[in-house]
Amino acid sequence: MLLIPCPFCGEREEIEFSYGGEAGVAYPADPSALTDEEWAGWLFVRGNPKGRFAERWVHTQGCRRWFSLLRDTVTHEIVR
Amino acid sequence: MSGEHPDFLWRSPEPESSYEVVIVGGGGHGLATAYYLAREHGITDIAVLERGWLAGGNITRNTTIIRSNYLWDESAAIYEHSLKLWEGLEQELGYDLLFSQRGVLNLAHSLHDVREGARRVNANRLNGIDAEWLEPDAVARVCPIVNLSPELRYPVLGATFQPRGGIARHENLAWGYARAADALGVDLIQGCEVTGIELERGRAVAVQTTRGRIAAGRIGLVAAGHSSVLAGLAGLRLPVQSHPLQALVSELYEQVLDTVVMSNAVHVYVSQAHKGELVMGAGIDAYNSYAQRGSFHVIEHQLAAALELFPIFAHARVLRTWAGIVDVCPDASPIVGLTPVEGLFVNCGWGTGGFKATPGSGWTFAWTIANGEPHELNAPFALDRFTSGALIDEHGAAGVAH
Repeated sequence: MLLIPCPFCGEREEIEFSYGGEAGVAYPADPSALTDEEWAGWLFVRGNPKGRFAERWVHTQGCRRWFSLLRDTVTHEIVR
Repeated sequence: MSGEHPDFLWRSPEPESSYEVVIVGGGGHGLATAYYLAREHGITDIAVLERGWLAGGNITRNTTIIRSNYLWDESAAIYEHSLKLWEGLEQELGYDLLFSQRGVLNLAHSLHDVREGARRVNANRLNGIDAEWLEPDAVARVCPIVNLSPELRYPVLGATFQPRGGIARHENLAWGYARAADALGVDLIQGCEVTGIELERGRAVAVQTTRGRIAAGRIGLVAAGHSSVLAGLAGLRLPVQSHPLQALVSELYEQVLDTVVMSNAVHVYVSQAHKGELVMGAGIDAYNSYAQRGSFHVIEHQLAAALELFPIFAHARVLRTWAGIVDVCPDASPIVGLTPVEGLFVNCGWGTGGFKATPGSGWTFAWTIANGEPHELNAPFALDRFTSGALIDEHGAAGVAH
């Protein structure tokens, strides 16, 4: 089980959290200007690196706030 | 198979500098693809490149469940094609797969489950797939050890049943395909990691590997959890995410379970191997990972569900837990076919349910590589469905339980 450092509550067990996938994926500024390919890319395609990954978590069973982590997908080390 | 088992099932040749087809990934689907390319299409100048050892990934990390009772027509067609191949495969490969059609139960625990189950049975029957709806008393006849008490937090209200579903011994499937492919002239090359894909005017022409450059007329990527990494070498981004999927076996247990029981609602699926181990799995770990291990609370959760459904398992002891890295698509359906890069084909996204599909996946992918176009069975699973919007949403039939 991961021990996840909630920036608001401190380190808590993974079961208190829900996963939100890749961090830093902004909603397109002008969605109607996108081609179908670009829209599909925003909607369905996310980074899936083997190594460090910036990702979103929410402290569902705690403060219910969202935050980002940098975690290694090979070692599971939480870098920050 | 009669007589003694041979010491070696395949040669281990040095890689040539060039092949007509290079398959990247020596797991079940890659080996099946190579076999059907050679057997069905007469292409034998093939190398299967495997980073580790043959059948060291998901093909030997799954819970071996085989079924074809998917909801949508597209899925039903490809999984049923696969099941039909399974039914003749031991004879075709001349190799014992311990294929056992002991039936698969999918339990319903709520009114919604019951309605969805009935809908799925009807959909399956319209597609010519054996499916039955069982009321609780009929569930008890198929599987007497399921706890049918109405006192359960999630009581068993019925089940779908596919009698032709079952299990097989997963490593034998890989070895059977490997041996047959090798006999047809396919080079199976282990310890050979692909580190680059060479493009020439938009066409894939070769792979760089830890054992040198290998030119290829066509390249098929069949790397499951590592598909994103490989596709990235050709500049492609795939709509897949890699997650751990854990499973476990118990110590040898007396034979108490002669069918496969799955429950989406309480999150467990279980069968009993021929030797006696209880084999169980559940859902994926939530986070992205390439670590081939997951978090213990997932195991704890699935065992709690298993004990509630099967009180008799209280005496069993966990022998081993492990994980495979599964590549999951947004619609829980695979990606099989062409890519925007000419000469480069991809077969991935089988997620949590690829084992049952191994023969059908290899068969249709081989057809596509040989003919350079989609086969009618895999055309709906093309990469461009994410652009067209024609998704095949199988979360109901595939999302948790496999």
